Amino acid sequence: MTTQTLSGEFFMAGNAAAAEGAIAAGCRFFGGYPITPSTELAERMSRRLPQIGGVFIQMEDEIASMAAILGASWAGKKSMTATSGPGISLMMENIGLGVITETPCVIVNVQRGGPSTGLPTLVGQQDVMQARWGSHGDYEIIALAPGSVQECFDVVIKAFNFAEQYRTPVIVLMDECTSHMWEKVVIPPPEEIERINRKTPDGPPPEGEDFYPYRCTDGTMIPPMPKAGDGYRMHITGLTHDEKGYPKINAATQDKLVRRLCDKIRKNADDIVITEDYMLDDAEIVIVAFGTVSRSAKSAVRIARKKGLKVGLLKLVTIWPFAEKKIKELAERVKLFVVAEINYGQIVNEVERCVAGKAEVRLSSKLGGELHHPEEILSAIPEVVV
Amino acid sequence: MISDTPEITRITPAMETTQELLESHPLDRFLRGDRMPHIWCPGCGAGNVMAAYINAIKNLEIELNRHVVVSGIGCTGRIAGYINLDSYHTTHGRAIPFATGMKVANPDLIVTVISGDGDLFAIGGNHFLHAARRNVNLLVICVNNYIYGMTGGQLAPTTPLDNITTTSPFGNYEHPFNLPYLAMASGAAYVARWTTIHLRRLTKSIEKATMKPGFSFIEVLSPCPTGYGKLNKKGDALDVARFFQEKSVIKHGSNPFDAGVREGKEIILGEFINRDDRPSFLEYQRRMEERVVGKNANK
Repeated sequence: MTTQTLSGEFFMAGNAAAAEGAIAAGCRFFGGYPITPSTELAERMSRRLPQIGGVFIQMEDEIASMAAILGASWAGKKSMTATSGPGISLMMENIGLGVITETPCVIVNVQRGGPSTGLPTLVGQQDVMQARWGSHGDYEIIALAPGSVQECFDVVIKAFNFAEQYRTPVIVLMDECTSHMWEKVVIPPPEEIERINRKTPDGPPPEGEDFYPYRCTDGTMIPPMPKAGDGYRMHITGLTHDEKGYPKINAATQDKLVRRLCDKIRKNADDIVITEDYMLDDAEIVIVAFGTVSRSAKSAVRIARKKGLKVGLLKLVTIWPFAEKKIKELAERVKLFVVAEINYGQIVNEVERCVAGKAEVRLSSKLGGELHHPEEILSAIPEVVV
Repeated sequence: MISDTPEITRITPAMETTQELLESHPLDRFLRGDRMPHIWCPGCGAGNVMAAYINAIKNLEIELNRHVVVSGIGCTGRIAGYINLDSYHTTHGRAIPFATGMKVANPDLIVTVISGDGDLFAIGGNHFLHAARRNVNLLVICVNNYIYGMTGGQLAPTTPLDNITTTSPFGNYEHPFNLPYLAMASGAAYVARWTTIHLRRLTKSIEKATMKPGFSFIEVLSPCPTGYGKLNKKGDALDVARFFQEKSVIKHGSNPFDAGVREGKEIILGEFINRDDRPSFLEYQRRMEERVVGKNANK
């Protein structure tokens, strides 16, 4: 039992499912700091990791937690942390270090209401733009949002696979509702779980020859990642660096590096962007929602359909990179987008940008603390109001 | 800070031939020659500390691939980039938690943090306390030049009272840290202080601290003629070396409480703490794992 991951049907909360998803994905290092509403995730990891040869360490704060998972990743372990609100704010600088050093890792942000200490025990979706832009500088990030307990399990596995494949921190935007909700979770046998591992170089070059930790020769823009202790004698820095990993403080190196860091995500958006359609085929009105709100939105669609309105749901599983192509396609044929989110308007701006005036865009906003009732989402549709 | 478990294999390198000695310096293989010249000002002590570290690594004769250097930001933070080992130049103040994650994830690595006083004790102070409390198997070397060098001479948490910096132009009115005392109180297994003129002792100390299970801390008092020296009329590096020579007193085993740095007073050096009564993080973690695996095996 001690070396195995779980499989079968379980009744568990989202935080537990996310922990099990991480373990199933191969995560063997967790560094974290307790914070509501993510704490149960750390608690479960502290119990589970020692059973399966992994390492749990409770760090002194979220800054340290983020630094520790980067260090662990370079030591060769798939690593994760989990936090919320104030904690994710503290992690931002080292998320940037993860981006520029191209360090695979997963950060779960169980969103609660903010700003500041805000609503520690209640739901929010107010960190969506922070996930995209929270660390300074130009970069791209991958962020995924699960909407059910099963999805907490599934999406965390996806997050690890993207992190390993694209050599980047991946943020899982959970929310307080999914984290504490209990539902059935089906955990497949380990051999049925897709696990992607980072590419590694073939071995250190012969004595006297240089090694280039950031040289990519296969056209993917993602260089293979060596781990510490394997004899590569590499230098890894948060400064702008060349292919050798050496700091180069000039515009040309910056241009080449930042362009590649962004393009390796941008140009693979088709692979990374996951959305789910519900009754979209003939829809004239599209509700856009993600996370737990997508469940209220689904109910809203059903209610509207009963009233004879052609309403459908576009559920965003991948938040970043944004589902630009999908929204642009829909904008060609629908008349109204209703964006339902637990914030005062974040994703709605992205939708407006993609729709570019080709349809109307309305916001159905809750400011944190509770989910939308389906009727509240529907009230943004003029035909329903009338 | 070597973990209590992994095996250490010593590798004695072949003696250099006369030809090799003529063509290169015996320490060349420890440095990244293509990164030279370095960024340090004339008279800076960071290079001396780097030399002591690589001499210690050489003397230890442990497989070089197992050594990792992690540093934060600042003049001293650049040491990682010049040493020909796996090296990580992280964010300001966060070298210790990065190194902690790395060491705990792979105990076979021998991880040394080399950084400055501002990096380790102002922005990174909390991490130092907790790494020492955990007794995590790391060696932390602090190059203490009493000032922020990279940004041009600002007040540090180590700047002695009344000293001039660019952000204390009328004299420092904040008490500085006594670093060995802080390290001891936080639980470090090994605590020593040297200056940049005590390089043989420093080298031996680094060797000893590297082999010590648990958290080791070495403070190295170091000149910064450009930043600290000029503002406080300390002269050039040679004057500071002379000052270190005149004022230093080696008192092994003395109470770090008495080792605070005060302007014009004697500077107490030596090995303050070398204790074995506090099992390291990795040792306690191993005991926990045995309990977990043992318990599950009985089921």
